[in-house]
Amino acid sequence: MSNGLINWFRYASPQSFYPLAGKMIPWFWALAALFTGVGLWISFFVAPTDAVQGEGYRIIFIHVPASWMSMFIYCVMAGWAAIGLALNTRLSGMMATALAPTGALMAFLSLWTGALWGKPMWGTWWVWDARLTSELILFFLYIGFIALQAAIDDPRRADKAGAILALVGVVNIPIIYFSVKWWNTLHQGASVSLNKSPSMAQTMLWGMLVMALAFWMYAIAIALMRARAIMLEREAHTEWVRSLPEVTGGSAR
Amino acid sequence: MNWGSAGEFLAMGGYGLYVWGSFGVCALALAMEPILVRKRRSDILRSLRRERMAEEMETQ
Repeated sequence: MSNGLINWFRYASPQSFYPLAGKMIPWFWALAALFTGVGLWISFFVAPTDAVQGEGYRIIFIHVPASWMSMFIYCVMAGWAAIGLALNTRLSGMMATALAPTGALMAFLSLWTGALWGKPMWGTWWVWDARLTSELILFFLYIGFIALQAAIDDPRRADKAGAILALVGVVNIPIIYFSVKWWNTLHQGASVSLNKSPSMAQTMLWGMLVMALAFWMYAIAIALMRARAIMLEREAHTEWVRSLPEVTGGSAR
Repeated sequence: MNWGSAGEFLAMGGYGLYVWGSFGVCALALAMEPILVRKRRSDILRSLRRERMAEEMETQ
């Protein structure tokens, strides 16, 4: 028990997390590629044509994973932010900062694919309804977080300000999730829910879940890569960074 | 198999613009992000190496 705790704290320092992340990144890329390949194959060649929406429904295979990731990444970011405020660890701020651009990208992709799906099915690119508007607010929260951190020169203070913004913004996540229940909306209900069987064909569901795994692996890989770059930037003048092989002129990686 | 030919696959039953507009932008975005992060990494590494070289020259 106490050993477990010590190990966790050991990896909470950038110095020991940096090489660990470096070892993990290729594995997450490999898994991302594998799941993307299988997911796209199911999306286009296994999943049948939809009875109502024809081939247009295939947008679901990226729209739902991107939307899930946009919400999930925000929760993880807010979690790191909370740890950073509570324990004042260096790594937590770096992780939150590393996640924000990827989360913003996922929110953008969710809105973009949603618009391209809405046009042929609803007849409009955009409506100001609860689901769409709250997802747009999520996108703005990410942008606000990035802009706020960029506006503050001292990284530790930037972390704190960003953390408060991230934590306040968490209230938006259940609003997005439950918006289709709480308000009348054009957007359909949840495709997958914990307490009832999914309202779609098995192969469609599998395609969506495999694509979600692919997005998941991608997000972990890219966030770890960005976190490593941030560690080098912020800790540029520490001994451990200066003695890294990639700095002393050893390997280029 | 859902498609008789490559043309049918591209047409997506008339939804080609929407389906490929979604998957295309998604693919582009997820390809660009790693390139940008790689560049960020090589930028900071270059400046770290340059600093180190400058220090070595000073001490010589």
